[in-house]
Amino acid sequence: MLRLAPWLIVTLLVGPILAGLTMALLPAFGYMPALGGHGFSLDPWRQLLAQPGLARSVGVSFASGLVTTAISLAVVLLFLAGVSGSRLDRWIRRLVAPLLSIPHAAAAFGLAFLIAPSGLLSRLVSPGLTGWERPPDVLIVQDPWGLSLMAGLIIKEIPFLLLMCLAALPQLDPERRVAMARSLGYRPTTAWLKVVAPSLYPLIRLPVFAVIAYATSVVDVALILGPTLPPTLAVSILVWFNDPDLSRRFMASAGAVLQLGVTAAALIAWWCLERLVARLGRHWLARGGRGNGDSPLRLAGKGLIGLATLTAFAGIAGLALYSIAGFWRFPDALPQSLTAAHWLRALPALSGPVATTALIAIGATLIALALTLAALENEQRTGRQPAQGRLLSALTLLYLPLIVPQIAFLFGLVVVMESLGTRPTPALVIFGHLLFVLPYVFLSLAESYRRFDPRWSQLAVSLGASRNGAFWRVRLPMLLAPMLTAAAVGLAVSIGQYLPTLLLGAGRVPTVTTEAVSLAAGGNRRVIGVWAMVQASLPLVGFIIAVGLPRLLWGNRRDMRGSP
Amino acid sequence: MRRLVTAIALSLPLVPPAAADTWSQILDEARGQSVYWHAWAGDTRVNDYLEWVKLRVQDEHEIELVHVKIDDTGAAVSRVLAERSAGNHDDGSIDLVWLNGENFAAMKENDLLYGPFAERLPNFALTFPEHNPEVVTDFTLPTEGYESPWGKAQITFYYDADEVGDEPPRSMAQLLTWAEANPGRFTYPRIPDFLGSTFLKQALIALVDDRDALYEPVAQSDFEEVTAPLWEYLDALHPHLWRSGRQFPANGPELRRLMADGEVALAFTFNPAEPAAAVADFELPETTRSYVLDGGTLGNVHFVAIPFNSPRSAAAMVVADFLLSPEAQARKQDISVWGDPTVLDVTRLDDETRALFEQAHDNPALLAPEALTETLPEPHPSWMTALQDAWQARYVGR
Repeated sequence: MLRLAPWLIVTLLVGPILAGLTMALLPAFGYMPALGGHGFSLDPWRQLLAQPGLARSVGVSFASGLVTTAISLAVVLLFLAGVSGSRLDRWIRRLVAPLLSIPHAAAAFGLAFLIAPSGLLSRLVSPGLTGWERPPDVLIVQDPWGLSLMAGLIIKEIPFLLLMCLAALPQLDPERRVAMARSLGYRPTTAWLKVVAPSLYPLIRLPVFAVIAYATSVVDVALILGPTLPPTLAVSILVWFNDPDLSRRFMASAGAVLQLGVTAAALIAWWCLERLVARLGRHWLARGGRGNGDSPLRLAGKGLIGLATLTAFAGIAGLALYSIAGFWRFPDALPQSLTAAHWLRALPALSGPVATTALIAIGATLIALALTLAALENEQRTGRQPAQGRLLSALTLLYLPLIVPQIAFLFGLVVVMESLGTRPTPALVIFGHLLFVLPYVFLSLAESYRRFDPRWSQLAVSLGASRNGAFWRVRLPMLLAPMLTAAAVGLAVSIGQYLPTLLLGAGRVPTVTTEAVSLAAGGNRRVIGVWAMVQASLPLVGFIIAVGLPRLLWGNRRDMRGSP
Repeated sequence: MRRLVTAIALSLPLVPPAAADTWSQILDEARGQSVYWHAWAGDTRVNDYLEWVKLRVQDEHEIELVHVKIDDTGAAVSRVLAERSAGNHDDGSIDLVWLNGENFAAMKENDLLYGPFAERLPNFALTFPEHNPEVVTDFTLPTEGYESPWGKAQITFYYDADEVGDEPPRSMAQLLTWAEANPGRFTYPRIPDFLGSTFLKQALIALVDDRDALYEPVAQSDFEEVTAPLWEYLDALHPHLWRSGRQFPANGPELRRLMADGEVALAFTFNPAEPAAAVADFELPETTRSYVLDGGTLGNVHFVAIPFNSPRSAAAMVVADFLLSPEAQARKQDISVWGDPTVLDVTRLDDETRALFEQAHDNPALLAPEALTETLPEPHPSWMTALQDAWQARYVGR
């Protein structure tokens, strides 16, 4: 049974994506009988290439993927290099989870409100310092170069990469490496960058690839912060898919295939950059510089990550304030009055979506957790080495859903599911979410599981426990903390899903995210504030349980309580 | 009462002889069914109204109405299309869609709609289609009973009187002058948004010599020549818009948010009651005022339709009929509820029913009722598509 787990995982993930991609590929070449496309042609591509601003859309998508990833990764590595166990460092590490739990769209709304010319920052200093009685007419949010889009993505990708690094670090034993380097005279930050970072990178390579893919194809954040004339490629595709002129569906499918190409191109470009950095880095390592400018580097790491964290929380605080605001117009720093009206209006409509969201998130997470545990336990028992960082291995396929843009295969997947006779139900949505929850749960749990000292299980077996007994009574209880963290990540991922929920559920399975997005279409920031709070608080509950439960259960076993 | 009798008498010829019988059968069939209604959910007031409809059809017809909240009607069209692609011809997941214009034209052209059904709804007669052709015409296309009218929309401008004063621009020409004098204080939603495209059409109607061409398919006229004044106008207007015309809000709600943030001082909407509602919601300042351009503005009717593969079309029809009932229409028009103008011909209803539609007009942000009498009909839908493409070719990616 256990042996089937990896194959089950791969089939569950790869099957739907390939089927969905096929159904996008056919219309891209003119085949879609429902709209009268019975033959194959290149017309959709001609139409696509004739779209005004296409090159620019593609350029922004491509660039935002690379820039976002490069900056996020650099900030995370600099921060980790300068980490010294101070109170500030511990705080930042503790804030990772809540930061991760903020949905992308909510963080984007928060950032937009923070930095807009009529936004919170501008209101705080106006008219006092600036003399602005009216918002200045400057283009900040949705700038044509995609800078605000990249900023919004960086804020959300930093905690993700930080979590992945923190999970992978212990197996490298960084303290001893740094101590060794320091004994050779290297300054601490330089030492970390020279002896830990090069070994760490291969372990977080796949998450980095996932970040690139996500940033090149993101829809919700790009709708809020991305450029508009033209928008990013993914947003354009969504617009074409929803165009009243149904003949544009062909072009939209061609666009989806192009999106796949853009993401692939960004990944290849990154791979080339890796080679380049490796070559230059080898020279830098071999030169043996002991580290001048060590403290600026450390300060930069702390400063940047602090800035990103602060920005995310300030944006959310602005939205929270808006959810209880009466009339509040530029340049007032605070609302003229506070009211509970927006919350009272939303409350009756909350219970249904909250219950559905919980059901789907818990369902998808439990299945993902079970499959992940089965695959990892199988790995332990067969003694097969995990294929870390290598691009071609069966379990690497696990990352396929994170690397293939959602917009490229989800529309096709709906057609496939309909042809199979499935009807939109919560179960189908759970299945759809599993595509995205499973990789993240696996990603979060795998390291702790593989690192788990095998002697505990050996000891249990030598005392007469069966292998299953050792699994259930020794391994699982001892791994409770990392399992709960992985589950919390899974819940957060499921709660944040918009397109899969909407498309597979045909809108019949309303979750807080689908409700939030459809209400956000109304542009009322007070309503958006209410729903963003709800949307952000649900995953937070998961993280609080993940941190609190092990402490409650293992109050007398310090090392089983999990990380701070 | 006499008026009601007249109303019924007038409506009789529309109803096929056996329809009365059929309608009670439909009511029987509808009992106990669920109706999944895909409707844009960007406005909490609309959502609250649909919540009320849900309770009423449950009470009256034992129908379970589910409001499927969507952010774009195109998503519902996509869904129906996907179902047809997959060969699902009789068990679709959508029973009712709120739509009009382009979406209707596209769905009808591709045979994605059920019908004709509108004439079978008893309350449809109260719209007096023989006197009000707009309830059976959607962007110049005859609806042929494939959708049932629900509400009305008309371009309504609103402004902050605190800044603009009492003399807002009342024509397209004045708008340009005003924008030049007040740079950065006006904008319109970016194309292909529905409201933004309507602004283009409004400008086009005001600027062309021969309006009749706009009511025929675009292929029958010289697009370049007809629209030349429009591009000239926009080229002159854009440098004086918000963000100097380098950026546009995504849609009507975002335009309203710009008003709320004080980024612009003049804006427009499709729902005449929206500014007043937004003042009540603390969004817009109390100095907000509404008006309609001299010579009238574009108006249209929005409808509900039933997809071809809805398995519960009977219940969907009963809901569509309830939406046309004086009770539901009057409540919808109530400014404290939604403020969406009725499609019923109130002047031809009996006194008692008409009384339902009377409301106090003491809200200063609200448009005077007589302002909506000047309604310009929508051009042929092909103009919308052509204008959108031309606008994008001209202003996107610069």
